Amino acid sequence: MTTTESDLALRLRVEDLYAEYAHTIDDDRLEEWPGLFTERGVYRVTTRENYDNGLPLAMVYCDGRGMMADRISALRTANIFEPHVYCHMLSAVRVLSREGGIIRARCNFSVLRTMQEGETMLFAVGRTFDKIVEDGGRLRFAERLCVLDSRRVDTLLVIPV
Amino acid sequence: MSSASAAVDFAWPFEDTSRAPFRVYTDADIYALEQERIFQGPVWNFLALECEIPNPGDYKTTFAGDAPIIVARAKDGAINAMLNRCAHKGALVCYKPKGNVAEFNCVYHNWTYDLSGNLTGVAFRKGVGGKGGLSDEFEMKANGLRQLRVETYNGLIFGTFSDETPPFVDFIGAELASNIDRVFPKKLKVLGYHCQVLPNNWKLYAENNKDSYHASLLHVFHNTFGVVRPNMGGGVKISDNGWHHLSYTQRESLGDEVVAKEKVRSLQEQYKLNDVTMMEHKLELGDQVTNAIQTVFPSLVVQQILNALAVRQIQPKGVDRTELVWTILGFEDDDADMQELRLRVNNLVGPAGLISMEDGCVGGWVQRAAKADPEAMTIMPMGGRAIEASKGSRITEAAVRGFWKGWRECMKV
Repeated sequence: MTTTESDLALRLRVEDLYAEYAHTIDDDRLEEWPGLFTERGVYRVTTRENYDNGLPLAMVYCDGRGMMADRISALRTANIFEPHVYCHMLSAVRVLSREGGIIRARCNFSVLRTMQEGETMLFAVGRTFDKIVEDGGRLRFAERLCVLDSRRVDTLLVIPV
Repeated sequence: MSSASAAVDFAWPFEDTSRAPFRVYTDADIYALEQERIFQGPVWNFLALECEIPNPGDYKTTFAGDAPIIVARAKDGAINAMLNRCAHKGALVCYKPKGNVAEFNCVYHNWTYDLSGNLTGVAFRKGVGGKGGLSDEFEMKANGLRQLRVETYNGLIFGTFSDETPPFVDFIGAELASNIDRVFPKKLKVLGYHCQVLPNNWKLYAENNKDSYHASLLHVFHNTFGVVRPNMGGGVKISDNGWHHLSYTQRESLGDEVVAKEKVRSLQEQYKLNDVTMMEHKLELGDQVTNAIQTVFPSLVVQQILNALAVRQIQPKGVDRTELVWTILGFEDDDADMQELRLRVNNLVGPAGLISMEDGCVGGWVQRAAKADPEAMTIMPMGGRAIEASKGSRITEAAVRGFWKGWRECMKV
């Protein structure tokens, strides 16, 4: 397959979206997180166990920006947990296809979680399977599925991965 | 098995179970004794669901306390449970979480067992060239996998190590058994699993489920967003022996003023949800009960939260670590819309559940604070000292006191 310059440009834009996603969460700018999705975008977090067995359950299932915003306002106002931050490590970014305006892409991620007391642990490891579209002059997620290899969730998951 | 008993010097320091010493959460000797006297004692351990092993030869591995267990469906359809530990060297016979086999084969030395756990083959049993092998004294029959007694109830599989455990319905009592009939009236379907690691002793999570007092105080999602009023009807049912419980809410208003005076942090109501579809639900079980949390001592929680149905299995993993395995359920005859509704409402529960995540951290906070002073105590004064049912109010710790009664009776302390 020959790689055209536009493939490279697209890949850079996808990588940039991925990095922006990670920074938005890691910088605790969570109110901006739903804006990385389209208005009707879907965000799901599941485990490899469920994914490989074709089981539909997700740990977090947001269908549209409204539900994403509700997750964030619940985190800010209602849910109780020990303060912590994430540091996302992203790798193996690939654009898989571009058809009918939908870019399919994926990456691997690990999320290091640091608690308020300073202890860091490897909190989550997995893969994303993404559908990305041009929306309002930029790329946004139409769908982001995070599949955790790390099936055992330590304590709780409140900040989106 | 008397090694653990010999090592523990512990007597219950109080006259009843309205208090408990912190030591019960932190003492490794007590933890070891619990394995023997509770999980391998006169209780029914929840093991799996029938729908997880539908065909002959299907198996699933799980735990009863610390003990690794295989649950399998035999050729005749019967369900067996056995210790997942080869009679020879003690290796795990099944090291995969599930599968379908004609027989079990321990890969270490190729000993084989049938689907009931009977030893059927030993590699080089006769030795090679007349040398080596087993002596004639070796009894195949006496060297099977240790088998548990099994009962199923509405698709749930339970196992017990003890001959003393009464039949399951007698164990939990007819009143509480009827809630399992209510929540799981037809063929179940697994929608998925969650596994949550709790940084605390298993009993802190077991108590948390029986503690209907904390629900609207710790989990304030509903109240913050004004989606469900805390003043619904409901109550707490407790089995005659105190061991098991059911806490439920149903639709009937007691009037806003009842709770308005209380300092419920949540009644701010300035927040609104953008999208309430995850709260949409159908009353599908033939009554007005919207939430029902039921415990089966020691390690099972049966859950109905709106249309989020689940069983939660408590797996102790040492004195200060617990794994909580959520099996999220629907019914086999759910249509696509019903399944979608369940998947949405499941945002409320699990490790990321909007009304359940806090239970992941509070136990750890008790564990950390309790560690320094094992002789200090936790108190459970809400609703008096009795272990009795309560109608209309869930502001009681009666079921928690009942848990400790069951614990003491099993532990003989």
